[in-house]
Amino acid sequence: MNAFEYAMPKSIDEAISLLSETPGESQVMAGGTDLVTALKQGIVSPKRVVSLRHIDELKSIEASGDGLRIGAMATLDDLAAHDGVKAGAASIVTAIKGIGSQQITSIGTIGGDLCQLPRDWYFRLGFGLVAQYEGKDLVAEGDNRYHAIFGNDGPAKFVNASVLAPALIALGAKASVVGSGGAKREIALEELFHAPKKSEDGNTTLASNEIVTHILLPLGARKNALYHVKPRHGLDWPIVSAAVAFENDGGKAKNARGGLGHVAPMPWVSASAAKALEGAALDEDTAAKVGAAAAEGASPLSRNAYKVHLTKVAVKRAILAAMA
Amino acid sequence: MPMDDAGKTRSGLSRRGFLKTVSAGAAATGLVRETTDTPVASAQEKAIVGPGPVPIKLDINGEAKSLSVEPRVTLLDALRNQLDITGAKKVCDRGTCGACTVLLDGKAIYACSMLAIEAQGHKITTIEGLGSPEKMSDVQSAFVKNDAQQCGFCTPGFVVACTAFVKQHPNASLDDVRDGLGGNLCRCGTYAGITEAVLQVVKGGA
Repeated sequence: MNAFEYAMPKSIDEAISLLSETPGESQVMAGGTDLVTALKQGIVSPKRVVSLRHIDELKSIEASGDGLRIGAMATLDDLAAHDGVKAGAASIVTAIKGIGSQQITSIGTIGGDLCQLPRDWYFRLGFGLVAQYEGKDLVAEGDNRYHAIFGNDGPAKFVNASVLAPALIALGAKASVVGSGGAKREIALEELFHAPKKSEDGNTTLASNEIVTHILLPLGARKNALYHVKPRHGLDWPIVSAAVAFENDGGKAKNARGGLGHVAPMPWVSASAAKALEGAALDEDTAAKVGAAAAEGASPLSRNAYKVHLTKVAVKRAILAAMA
Repeated sequence: MPMDDAGKTRSGLSRRGFLKTVSAGAAATGLVRETTDTPVASAQEKAIVGPGPVPIKLDINGEAKSLSVEPRVTLLDALRNQLDITGAKKVCDRGTCGACTVLLDGKAIYACSMLAIEAQGHKITTIEGLGSPEKMSDVQSAFVKNDAQQCGFCTPGFVVACTAFVKQHPNASLDDVRDGLGGNLCRCGTYAGITEAVLQVVKGGA
């Protein structure tokens, strides 16, 4: 691991100015559960690490309007134990329990989960987000069993690793972002992610001196659930996850939203699935049809066609779980 | 570089003795210092520190420890290489296996995945702080009673992880235990003994 200087701002403004001083050479650290490993392995080698651990205002979970205003440094344990989350966002609790490691949920944070680097093995071996080597597309020509089946027509074929994003997107969450000079912007959570054209573009849309400060999570009387397929029972990331949220309008789905995880370089929003669910009777037949609709347009690589089937199953089971 | 203690044993030296030799050599070259003899402001007072060694204070098993580390040094390396507290094991060194588990304010964390400088201001408990052969904790004696180990290398991490789990899940079921200990691996496969030990503690039978 390269040596780096360590900055410990006490406020958001201080964090932004510490990041702005060293454009592109700083790394934001949240819980550190993955970043410390990435530093050790040389996947990231910043001149400066800016830790958000000492900024108290980023740690709280507060009631706000009809929902919650969650600090980016709120831990996953705090989130899963929050009464409002337990009552109104079962999908989030399921996602956190699925992480499978008390050592990660104890200090891992919501902001860290959202901005975490992909698990893609070519990326972790140092070939970058857009894994190319001697003109070859390593993913397309190599072992792509865990890679993208959607949004993979560009050079990026990794899958976004966030376990919370699909649930938060289904629930209509927004991200509050602060950047240069303290400028604030609020974006729909799905706008936090993109498929990079070049490795240096990163896996989020954040500028190098921007941080996610809060997540705004609307809570209401919505049915919601998440279903994930994992390769094993303990600590691991899902192969596919599906989150849904809808209102039960006399036995029919209303204001239906969904998010798919680990199937594309960004959390994937399936318009065809939302359309198939909207206004449909809440029964098993609908759940299966929406699952099939969610898989429309998939473009699997040489070794991951099985993920298309898992997508159908995960969406169907998420809807059934939300109905229960 | 902080010492990497994986795979560096040489003939003629015990593994531990070799590490101490390396440690002394590194200290002589100024890479690692164990005393706070510099007039540098403490790491808790300045906004930016490093990349060179920084004096820090850690609360480990109730004792205040002063040491000097580069910001890149993990809590695990600081414990093992500088403070000679070697119960937490370095196995995967990538936040997966759980052999390095320690308690941070009572909650289980991977010591390999936290920078030592970030552990300041928190109470750190290692396996050494949980009990002794003469006076074992409930979890430790349940491990003995249930023969919950084979080679024993994962055991310190498992005992610490189980201690945190039992405290947070005093009514855990078998499924809860299996879910809750997903952050630790035992390559000998002694899970049956470990889950039985945890269930005994939960039921008050240890």
